[in-house]
Amino acid sequence: MNRKQKMMLLRILVALLLLVGLMAAEHTGLSENIGNTWILFVIYLIPYLLVGYDIIWKAFRNISHGQVFDENFLMMIATFGAFGVKEYSEAVAVMLFYQVGELFQSYAVGKSRKSIADMMDICPEYANIEMDGRLEQVDPDEVEIGSVIIVKPGERIPLDGVVIEGESLIDTAALTGESVPRRAGVGDDIFSGCVNGAGTLKIKTTKEFDDSTVAKILELVENASSKKAKVENFITKFARYYTPVVTIGAALLAVLPPLILGGGWSEWIQRACIFLVISCPCALVISVPLGFFGGIGAASKIGVLVKGSNYLEALAEMTTIVFDKTGTLTKGEFKVQEVLPVDCTKEELLELAALGEGYSTHPIAGSIKDAYGKEVDVSRIGQAKEIAGQGICVPVDGREVLLGNEKLMKERQIRYRPCNGEGTVVYVARENHFMGCILIADKVKEGAAQAIKDMKQVGVKKCVMLTGDRREAAEIVSGELGLDEVHAELLPGDKVTKVEELLKIQKHREKLAFAGDGINDAPVLTRADIGIAMGSMGSDAAIEAADVVLMDDDVRKIARVVRISRKTLKIVKQNIVFALGVKALVLILGALGMANMWGAVFADVGVSVIAILNSMRVLCYND
Amino acid sequence: MKKKFKLEDLDCANCAAKMEDAIKKIDGVNDATVSFLAQKMTIDARDDKFDEIMKEVVKVCSKVEPDCRILM
Repeated sequence: MNRKQKMMLLRILVALLLLVGLMAAEHTGLSENIGNTWILFVIYLIPYLLVGYDIIWKAFRNISHGQVFDENFLMMIATFGAFGVKEYSEAVAVMLFYQVGELFQSYAVGKSRKSIADMMDICPEYANIEMDGRLEQVDPDEVEIGSVIIVKPGERIPLDGVVIEGESLIDTAALTGESVPRRAGVGDDIFSGCVNGAGTLKIKTTKEFDDSTVAKILELVENASSKKAKVENFITKFARYYTPVVTIGAALLAVLPPLILGGGWSEWIQRACIFLVISCPCALVISVPLGFFGGIGAASKIGVLVKGSNYLEALAEMTTIVFDKTGTLTKGEFKVQEVLPVDCTKEELLELAALGEGYSTHPIAGSIKDAYGKEVDVSRIGQAKEIAGQGICVPVDGREVLLGNEKLMKERQIRYRPCNGEGTVVYVARENHFMGCILIADKVKEGAAQAIKDMKQVGVKKCVMLTGDRREAAEIVSGELGLDEVHAELLPGDKVTKVEELLKIQKHREKLAFAGDGINDAPVLTRADIGIAMGSMGSDAAIEAADVVLMDDDVRKIARVVRISRKTLKIVKQNIVFALGVKALVLILGALGMANMWGAVFADVGVSVIAILNSMRVLCYND
Repeated sequence: MKKKFKLEDLDCANCAAKMEDAIKKIDGVNDATVSFLAQKMTIDARDDKFDEIMKEVVKVCSKVEPDCRILM
């Protein structure tokens, strides 16, 4: 509790004591000695003003600013009304109860805000820089790219960089939700926001603070609340009409029935006051965004960034998920499995292939170069020409070399020997003469099969895989994982078309997600209802294009985040139904004269508090 | 130019929504968000008049919620 809240608590307690005393006096008949009701009024005014002076002050101040229908004003009118009909103790009690509710509400909101903030507490406060042999703490904002910073054991890593000295275990839980620490040694990339283990690290920074992983994540999460869910927009709109409508209702209730039925003014004014107290939509305005905020927080706790409440809402309605194969379902680490030469030695074939892929940065090319193991002599290579969806054509030592898939061989009418192993096959030909092939395989990610199973369990109907790979390789992976549909041998552009086809057959209120590693599939990520990217701890392109980012590339987390989103929506809907239900009930009872001011205050602050507490459950959600 | 400000003593969610509405209506403001939960305000406004616009923002906010302070 902060000072303001403690002060309020004191005021409430004193006023409560006074009120209890006064009511006791009234019951024992002591107050009858005070014949004049005016004196009684003045006596009751003491606890009333003690507990509610700020409300009245705010009400007048806000009216002078042109803000008429705010809560303070309504409370003032309602309690003045009670005084007007000589219900003194009720007027004080209502004000008291209202303040108790407000206090509790501000405490609960503060508390949940803090727990979200703690969860997001990944922002480093300082960086250590060595200056003249001494360590100095500086603001991470001021550290330039290429500076050397020192991270002591247990400190938070302030900036992205590369380790140049030392070795340590890094706790990445804040970014990825992964509890097993990662080993980091010389040459390893390191990301800000993680916590250093027992070793001291010297790090050469590669990014400025504003571009570093931690700053990006914080920005994303903070901006997440600006992308509102449909439910939130509905509440905002609803709130805009609700207050004026109820207030007008109150005015009519106060004036019309006595005019028509004649007399009974004080009774109807009292009923109108009940309306005024209920007219604030606070319960909804606070609890709905709080629920979504909590959902986004709970997701980030497991290492999944959701970029807006609208995406959280969409995840709950997800029925189809489309995966890109490489890097998403498979590890994306290609390794040469077999070298099958024809008319030459293995070494010759590998050298030729490595030279051919000399300039390429494709993962397949990388694996061939890794297998070759020597530096590629680029002076032997000419201008490479890429043949989309087939391979490349490169002059090596002045002779044309073709590297690619079966399509390329067929197109050039080369007599080749097909290879049916699992994985990607690179066929090599020199001057239209088949030299052999290299089999490269990628491994299915650990947990990918479990991910698909979990996905089915949470109600995803269709799991589809798209890949540019050979049909055989794709089928093998698909069989292993239990996918529903596979589309293989696709060109990059085909993926968008395929996703569009799938989008077309989606029914209303069914959402399609695309999960990819963010490399080359940005258009698909944006085209799908929900784009899920593998963050690989900081691949900017992926984080930028996607709506949901899996920080540690673990596809199993998709199902978990779907569960979180469902839970969030369930709680949000509960709150809406509960708050509106209670308010409507009390409004009706109030109009019929069957509810009192107590009921009204409960329908206002009581409901708010309950709804806030309910929303806080999202934060503690653990599947 | 986009800038973020911390808010102090922003006590009611409804007021945050009202502040946001009011700020958006200021001339030169492209977009604004007031986050009750984060107690933060983001303002996207014209560069050349940013200081003047901010003055206006402070004025508008104190009208809606006089207790709330914008930390600059």
